[in-house]
Amino acid sequence: MIRLEKRPMPSRLWTWATPVLAVVLTMIAGGLMFAALGKDPVAAIRVIFWDPLFSEFAWYYRPQLLVKGGPLILIAIGLSLGFRAGIWNIGAEGQYILGAICGAAAGLAFYPLESPLIFPLMVVAGALGGMAWAMIPALLKVRFGTNEILVSLMLVYVAEQLLASMSIGLLKNPEGYGFPGSRSLSQWSSSANPELIAGWGLHWGTVSALLAVAAAYVLLNRHILGFQIRLAGQAPRAARFSGVNPKLLTVFCLAVSGALAGLAGVFEATGPAGQITIDFNVGYGFTAIIVAFLGRLHPVGILLAGLLMTLTYVGGGTAQSQLGLPFAAIQAFQGMLLFFLLGVDVLSNYRMRLRRRGVA
Amino acid sequence: MDLSAINWGLLLASLMVAATPILLAGIGELVVEKSGVLNLGVEGMMITGAICGFAVAVATGNPAVGFVAAALGGAVLALLFGILTQFLLSNQVATGLALTLFGLGLSALLGQGYQGIKPPSAPRLDLGPLSDLPVIGPILFRHDLMVYLAIALVAVVWLVLARTRAGLILRAVGENPAAAHALGYKVVAVRLMAIAFGGACAGLGGAYLSLVRVPQWTEGMTAGAGWIALALVVFASWKAERVLLGAWLFGGMTVLQLNLQAAGLAIPGEYLSMSPYIVTIVVLVIMSSRRGRAALAAPAGLGKPFHASG
Repeated sequence: MIRLEKRPMPSRLWTWATPVLAVVLTMIAGGLMFAALGKDPVAAIRVIFWDPLFSEFAWYYRPQLLVKGGPLILIAIGLSLGFRAGIWNIGAEGQYILGAICGAAAGLAFYPLESPLIFPLMVVAGALGGMAWAMIPALLKVRFGTNEILVSLMLVYVAEQLLASMSIGLLKNPEGYGFPGSRSLSQWSSSANPELIAGWGLHWGTVSALLAVAAAYVLLNRHILGFQIRLAGQAPRAARFSGVNPKLLTVFCLAVSGALAGLAGVFEATGPAGQITIDFNVGYGFTAIIVAFLGRLHPVGILLAGLLMTLTYVGGGTAQSQLGLPFAAIQAFQGMLLFFLLGVDVLSNYRMRLRRRGVA
Repeated sequence: MDLSAINWGLLLASLMVAATPILLAGIGELVVEKSGVLNLGVEGMMITGAICGFAVAVATGNPAVGFVAAALGGAVLALLFGILTQFLLSNQVATGLALTLFGLGLSALLGQGYQGIKPPSAPRLDLGPLSDLPVIGPILFRHDLMVYLAIALVAVVWLVLARTRAGLILRAVGENPAAAHALGYKVVAVRLMAIAFGGACAGLGGAYLSLVRVPQWTEGMTAGAGWIALALVVFASWKAERVLLGAWLFGGMTVLQLNLQAAGLAIPGEYLSMSPYIVTIVVLVIMSSRRGRAALAAPAGLGKPFHASG
């Protein structure tokens, strides 16, 4: 019989090795799933994980990694701060939507004026929009003790309805022949968020994601607030005694994660998506939860995890067209990854001991 | 708007139907939380139940077999959560979220090719003279069997929790797992059973959506019903009978909102569609602001991992 023994300190080796182990296990289980769907598992894994990086068409896919990875990393960095402190913002998808709506609305108010100030204004409006949406669960938690998980989640469904209403109502393109959706933001030069270097896929969303990684690293390792966040998560009672204000921490963590999700939304609306539409959101807010955990809630880990997760999106898209693999299989695959990660995590906190039955 | 266009009798009748999915999922989650486990994967288990039930009902032509399959599907998925949280001691919040994300993907995958199909319809229960009663008959006594089974389930759960030894053990495990362990109760086994029961209930709730309420299969069709079921448990302050009350309240809200849309209220449909979620938030705020009592109501061991060696 196997017995678990708690380690005095989490194992450093396993803390880094478990994400790798989880990825390997997911590839095996995912391969079995692909085989069950009647696809060649080896080919599927190769198309998803190898081809986008190293095949002869990789020049086309590599920029895609930066385009799609930006929003995921940006959102995950914000979420990770709260998760570390035990504050569960699960509604990033809603904050992402609100960021896109507010950013687009701020820009479209000036259409068709051309000015270099419009894009920065939209970015600020987007961040504030996402932040405001995250303030609802934050203030309700601080004031009434309401569970932030449920409130932030309910607000995702509210935001989706709001998005639908905006794309057929207030923000609808008056010259759009009655189709739902806003004016094209990527084609109006004042609001466009184009590639910064041709052929790289790098846009402002990716740049701000990298800045967020650096800022989060500095905050967590060099700043008292970062120390308080870590303390609140690891030892809430000790944190209380050492003068950490849990209410302030709740507001701060939700504000930052909301603002970052809002930023991701506005960069996506002005760049890769190009406009506000009913189905503008594609679940980045939820996938970012997986990214945050896979990256061990560590900024650098999240950067790597975000790129890996983007690989499953980009490679998954190729697998869809080349092998006829349904996109839902990729979604299940991503969920599986989180499962395995949480499962093998036991290795970093506990030691496995073999023991004979009957010995107490 | 023409309020007289709303048939209030029909509205009350459809309230019973609208409440059933969240009632089933909610009463299951209540049992899980009573055992001290917080499973946030209700949405994932519901949607998995919805497609399992739908696929099997279509294949066999028998909705009853579909419901059994849905319960099994939900329970199997829940046990995955159980293994991770009880044996591998993973974080319950994160694992529950993983369950939902995985369930949404898995159900979309299983549901390929089931879109646009009509499931075999569940027969209405014929209660003879009761069904023919004026006014009350159509409201209370002309539904399918699951509506009544769901209500009966609430009664059974209430009875077991309040009046039996098994219920006592379950509550002890949820309140103080260390003490229950010291008394010789198998904490992990009790919790696994509760988790499987919760999963089966959520699966039934999902299948009720895809087989009776909607009835068809679309990706992501639970649309937050699982989360509302979680809110329901908070609303009910962990009391079985209040889950029934809450489910009727939320079911009523959903039905009223749909009726108002149909009656052509001057508010755009999107804003009416938001209302069940907003009501859920408002109810959560009211319940949590009465802090003293709500805090006492939650099982003391809720969400904390338990490991015998300490």
